[in-house]
Amino acid sequence: MITKKIYLYFPKSETEKPIVYQLVKDYNLIVNIFRAKVTPEEEGYLSLEVTGNQEDITRAFAFLGTFDVVIHAGNKGVHWDENRCVHCGACVVHCPPGALTIVDQGTRTVTFNEDRCIECLACIAACPFGACSSAF
Amino acid sequence: MTKTYAEINEKIASGKAVVLTAEEVIAYVDKHGLENAAREVDVVTTATFGPMCSSGCFLNFGHSTPKMRISEAWINDVMAYCGIAAVDVYIGATQLRHNDPANMYHPGEFRYGGGHVIEDLVAGKKVQLFGLSYGTDDYPRREIRTMFDINDLNQAIMVNPRNCYQNYNVGVNVSDKRIYTYLGILRAKMRNMTYCSAGQLAPLLNDPYYATIGVGTSVWLAGARGIVYAQGTQHCSLVERGDNGVPVEGAGTLALTADMKEMRPEFVRGASFRGYGVSLALGVGIPIPILNPEILRRTTVRDRDIQASVIDYSTDYPEKTGKVLGRFTYEELRSGTVELMGKKVPVTSLSSYSKALKICNLLKSEIEDGHFLLSEPSQRLPLNQGMKSLTITGAAR
Repeated sequence: MITKKIYLYFPKSETEKPIVYQLVKDYNLIVNIFRAKVTPEEEGYLSLEVTGNQEDITRAFAFLGTFDVVIHAGNKGVHWDENRCVHCGACVVHCPPGALTIVDQGTRTVTFNEDRCIECLACIAACPFGACSSAF
Repeated sequence: MTKTYAEINEKIASGKAVVLTAEEVIAYVDKHGLENAAREVDVVTTATFGPMCSSGCFLNFGHSTPKMRISEAWINDVMAYCGIAAVDVYIGATQLRHNDPANMYHPGEFRYGGGHVIEDLVAGKKVQLFGLSYGTDDYPRREIRTMFDINDLNQAIMVNPRNCYQNYNVGVNVSDKRIYTYLGILRAKMRNMTYCSAGQLAPLLNDPYYATIGVGTSVWLAGARGIVYAQGTQHCSLVERGDNGVPVEGAGTLALTADMKEMRPEFVRGASFRGYGVSLALGVGIPIPILNPEILRRTTVRDRDIQASVIDYSTDYPEKTGKVLGRFTYEELRSGTVELMGKKVPVTSLSSYSKALKICNLLKSEIEDGHFLLSEPSQRLPLNQGMKSLTITGAAR
């Protein structure tokens, strides 16, 4: 079994289709949704993790490709910009899963462990420098 | 053993000066002893990087045709002050963008403001000037809208009336409601604590009695060669100090200025504090000449020797009660957790130690390369100055 992070963009034409239901039922994927959003223009964004065997995941991605859905495989819906970060550490205490941490006490630089991020977005409010941003 | 500024500058100019950062000097003095080290070390570099709300800049635009006496101006929709000469404006770091909802929908986001304009200018980005005037015989133009960048300006001079605060409050929130402050988001019931100082690297903590840092001192301001032009606003040297002379609360401040055209974007960063407002974070480096062993000894101050006072920002700070909940050293604060009133409280910083360290090293290289000479202050900073409160008098009108 492997787990892949993806975030998906659904244009207005695809937002009413039960695509995630089919990922579960037809492709045996375990779906863990972090975040979903439908804009006032009825475009949809979905950030999730899918777990399954490689074959099912490949088939599922091919299935997603038959729609107008844009697949951002391997990406999270939260981005940490290393160049915007000034390494103050203001985010650290506000990050519940400990994705943003100061590992090296000598240099005191902030690091972002994407795998631990649950997209709670607390870092976005906590960072004065705009280093953390949401894809949607 | 004493040295003069002229002797140290001669060594710098000939590439022979021994320069250490405020971090390196601690171990060096431990190893070599104070007297020996004072003979060998010429300069210790100190630095800080953090939000400095009291920042702004004077900009001088070239004259348009026909000429204009700008009386109101906005740069990227952020209002600039025009009560100065015809094509000069002043833009402040905490000025909000036109139509920002501020805290109308609390907590406001404050995505862009004066600090961000200053960051964009230093980064060489094009920004928009919109100006209005009432029109005069000699300056007939009444309106202007144009794009410009820093290279189009005659002068872009950063002026910071209050920088480099010597120590600062540690903020905490004892109430049961989350609060939004200039020290960031403080969670209810002391679930976090924020400090803002470079501690053992900070300029005025390495020179607590202002023996070398004074009016006229050359500084490194975001990469540009700057100067201390005055005592900073709210400079208050009459505060409680530890046995080592280091203040245990906010004390001295510096007023700085430098040419924005020489600055490096990495050290000039617009900041947005949720629910509070906009600001500007700056990097400042200040060299301390080792004129005698006592000055050297002061630069060996360590995080464990510097204490900061914890203030409750939900009541005591806004109501000005003067109450201090506790004191911790920077070593304790940097450990990430402290115990206050029987509760373990996670601690984070708004000041960047890593950027401050980088600045110490950049300044060290510039001095070692003979590019940065020291200047003797023409005036000492006041050592016996308190701070007044504002008494509200007179009938309300």
